Amino acid sequence: MRYLPLNAEDRRAMLATIGVRSVDELFRDVPKEARLDEPLDLPRHMGELEVERALTSLAAQSVSAGSVPFFVGCGAYRHHVPASVDHLIQRSEFLTAYTPYQPEIAQGTLQYLFEFQTMVARLAGLEVANASMYDGSTAAGEAVQMAARVTKRSKAVLSGGLHPQYRDVIETYVRYQDDEIVAAPMALGAEPGLADLIDEDTACVVVQTPSVFGTPVDLRPIAAAAHAKGALLVAVVTEVVSLGLLESPGAMGADIVVGEGQGLGVGLNFGGPYVGLFATRAKFLRQMPGRLAGETVDAEGRPGYVLTLSTREQHIRREKATSNICTNSGLCCLAFTIHLSLLGEAGFTRLARLNHEAAIRLSDRLAAARGAELATPAFFNEFTLRLKKPAAGVVEALAARGVLGGVPASRLLPGETAAENLLIVAATETNTDEDMERFATALAEVLA
Amino acid sequence: MSDAQGRPTQPDISAAGAPPATFSGDRGLALEEASIFALSRAGVTGVDLPEPKGVAPRLAGLERKGAIGLPGLSEPEVVRHFVRLSRRNYAIDLGVFPLGSCTMKHNPRLNEKMARLPGFADLHPLQPVSTVQGALGLIDSLAHWLKVLTGLPVIAMSPKAGAHGELCGMMAIRAAIDARGERRRRVLVPASAHGTNPATAAQCGFEVDEIAGDATGRVSAASVAERLGPDVAGIMLTNPNTCGLFEREVREIAARVHEAGGYFYCDGANFNALVGRVRPGDLGVDAMHINLHKTFSTPHGGGGPGAGPVAFSEALAPFAPRPWVVHGAAGFALVEAEGDAKGAKPFGRLTAFHGQMGMFVRALAYMMSHGGDGLRQVAEDAVLNANYVMACLKDAMSVPFAGPCMHEALFDDAFLEGTGVATLDFAKALIDEGYHPMTVYFPLVVHGAMLVEPTETESKESLDRFIASMRGLALAAKAGDAARFKGAPFYAPRRRLDETQAARKPVLVAAEASPRAAAE
Repeated sequence: MRYLPLNAEDRRAMLATIGVRSVDELFRDVPKEARLDEPLDLPRHMGELEVERALTSLAAQSVSAGSVPFFVGCGAYRHHVPASVDHLIQRSEFLTAYTPYQPEIAQGTLQYLFEFQTMVARLAGLEVANASMYDGSTAAGEAVQMAARVTKRSKAVLSGGLHPQYRDVIETYVRYQDDEIVAAPMALGAEPGLADLIDEDTACVVVQTPSVFGTPVDLRPIAAAAHAKGALLVAVVTEVVSLGLLESPGAMGADIVVGEGQGLGVGLNFGGPYVGLFATRAKFLRQMPGRLAGETVDAEGRPGYVLTLSTREQHIRREKATSNICTNSGLCCLAFTIHLSLLGEAGFTRLARLNHEAAIRLSDRLAAARGAELATPAFFNEFTLRLKKPAAGVVEALAARGVLGGVPASRLLPGETAAENLLIVAATETNTDEDMERFATALAEVLA
Repeated sequence: MSDAQGRPTQPDISAAGAPPATFSGDRGLALEEASIFALSRAGVTGVDLPEPKGVAPRLAGLERKGAIGLPGLSEPEVVRHFVRLSRRNYAIDLGVFPLGSCTMKHNPRLNEKMARLPGFADLHPLQPVSTVQGALGLIDSLAHWLKVLTGLPVIAMSPKAGAHGELCGMMAIRAAIDARGERRRRVLVPASAHGTNPATAAQCGFEVDEIAGDATGRVSAASVAERLGPDVAGIMLTNPNTCGLFEREVREIAARVHEAGGYFYCDGANFNALVGRVRPGDLGVDAMHINLHKTFSTPHGGGGPGAGPVAFSEALAPFAPRPWVVHGAAGFALVEAEGDAKGAKPFGRLTAFHGQMGMFVRALAYMMSHGGDGLRQVAEDAVLNANYVMACLKDAMSVPFAGPCMHEALFDDAFLEGTGVATLDFAKALIDEGYHPMTVYFPLVVHGAMLVEPTETESKESLDRFIASMRGLALAAKAGDAARFKGAPFYAPRRRLDETQAARKPVLVAAEASPRAAAE
């Protein structure tokens, strides 16, 4: 077996050194009733070629995004990732390292985490960021819990433009802490009533920008309303590339910014692994969940990095920790950091503009179809169409024509009548004019 | 001696002095690397993107006003920066990484290749399910393997890491208790547990009741029984436990907890010792997370991403979180929304989308490579290697609990008494030997703990070299050579780092041109 170095002679010699006759003796503490004497009903081991053959054939049973005109978003976006990103993250010293518990021999990991934190804080427009959470949705769940700790209040108000699966995760995260969640009704655009839901018990209001329907949100009025009641504003960004063109949530008054970093470096991966971004104001630092890399010096005075402020964390504080999180999303942080380093300020802002322009071109084309109208006049790279018939069927019919044409809002909001005919469509720099033309033609056919 | 061009033909270092400080700060292949923000120049980029057309924006006037503060570098500069950083890390591909409780085993590259197949990697989680049948098939296959290996009937696939899996399992327990209309809030947790256990219990609204271990390093059924009562929701038990020992009375503990109306959560971090030889279902487990990045070798990646699917017993299965894969009339389907759950009572959703697909592909490739037969051998070799380390070092070091151990060997610092060398010093000296240290000061129940987990992917030769270093250090400490330890590491990219300063005045972002947050 290719991954197991011991041979029969090694095993015999080692058993002799230990002083037992068989490996079974080493398992003698296992109760007899629980010892498996027979092999389990599973296939026997396979060579590389056989595994590769089996999995390649399974992979061929799906329609990959790159093989068709592709316009699906809603929290995960298809961007081009430069070749050097994947090459670099597969270096053994990154791929096969672990949590930098021994900083003297983990400076590589610690330094890129520090650079990641810096980039995330700057994108968010806030002072500090952690070394990542699992993904954007769990970061949102953690943010709501953090706001409760900071304010010592227990109610969270959720915008009607928040990704419904994020709302679901937030509700689940606080379900057993007796916190109250007030979810505003579905909103395609402005939510003038949202501020009225904030009261003296409110720990935070959670607003996504651009919203799940694609609308960029001016956070300033809601930040002012939240702060007036002593509540925090948690901003959620599911498309990190939007921050290359839109004002940062921190600059608009957000106290905690969480985001999905998948769009940079990571790829679609059918939903995971992704990388959760988490930034906040310096004064809330000690209530922040997750790992932090910090700068310090070594015994010779040379600069270096360590994991720091771990007294917030479960391995020290146990049941009083700020979160139960242990790992972060290390290798995805690295991919994010490398991709953003390659883009740089100039490339990242240009990429954002290209995305916005692609969405403008696509929206103009699609809204020209009979039976489709643009429901979100302002957007970044994702917008919502109101169709004359249920969007779920339209998406299936588009798929049958070889176009992956967005997400029917009803998939995220089942049972919500107002969502039934809404189609959420994303465009990125990866879409060609030809892709768009094929989408427009197919949509016109399906709606005819 | 020189040749005609004046080139020396024989190495001669007789006139050499002490190693000089270098002008660059680098020392041969020991390379320093500045922050990427210090290497940056305005306007430089490592990508070539087309010129935007200059269309009027439709952003409702929310365009960013100032610069972000991102660096500017060309591709060669970026590649060099990260390659130089990589050389400042230790990794399993470089040598033994015996970090107890973390299962740092070899990461096969086939798994990386499979995870990058476009039919897995380039799929969107919200594509129509008719276009992702292969991906759902893979999730279903992996769940099948996990069911067979755990002997438990239902797997929740979405948890993103071990601690997230704990949250999944404990929330299901809380949901089951709520469904019974009971108010049980106490959870028994051994003192030796991972910190995530009490943190998770607290996050689910439970109070933690800590149980001490017995003289053999285990939890006795009697000590559990005396804490049970109508307010107990269950127990969180790691098995093999964090002392590397199998909990001999685990079945009796499970029976007592069940009789008292509670549930048994098993922390599956140490499943590598059991895979193919013991099924947690046969031990009475109601919920157990499986760290795919430990037992099933998905790369640790410098601290993630992991994956923590949870196996459930029949009793807890109805409460498993959304989403899950079902076999429908037209192939595989996904249950995503509350209304589709049909009779089940999911406690909610732990993440957007469907879980760590990239990790699922790697884990399945690993399982298929080993097969049922190979996985059993994995557990046997992992346990054999740990016992070999213990047998070879027990005379030079000190073992708090007699073996046999399972897949990790626990030592304490009794052998260092009076030497002036602490466990931390010992670990740092091991760095100079070219090894990543074992887990230190965990589990908390042992003084100066050193937890060694060699895993099954180390050869006997590699273990013999590691053992020789450990033995050499133990003997050096006892012989009074404290200087070797106090100054260690001497040969790493950094000497010991000042963690107190890092925490007292936290510097968490680079200093160069940081924008300030808006006034509140």
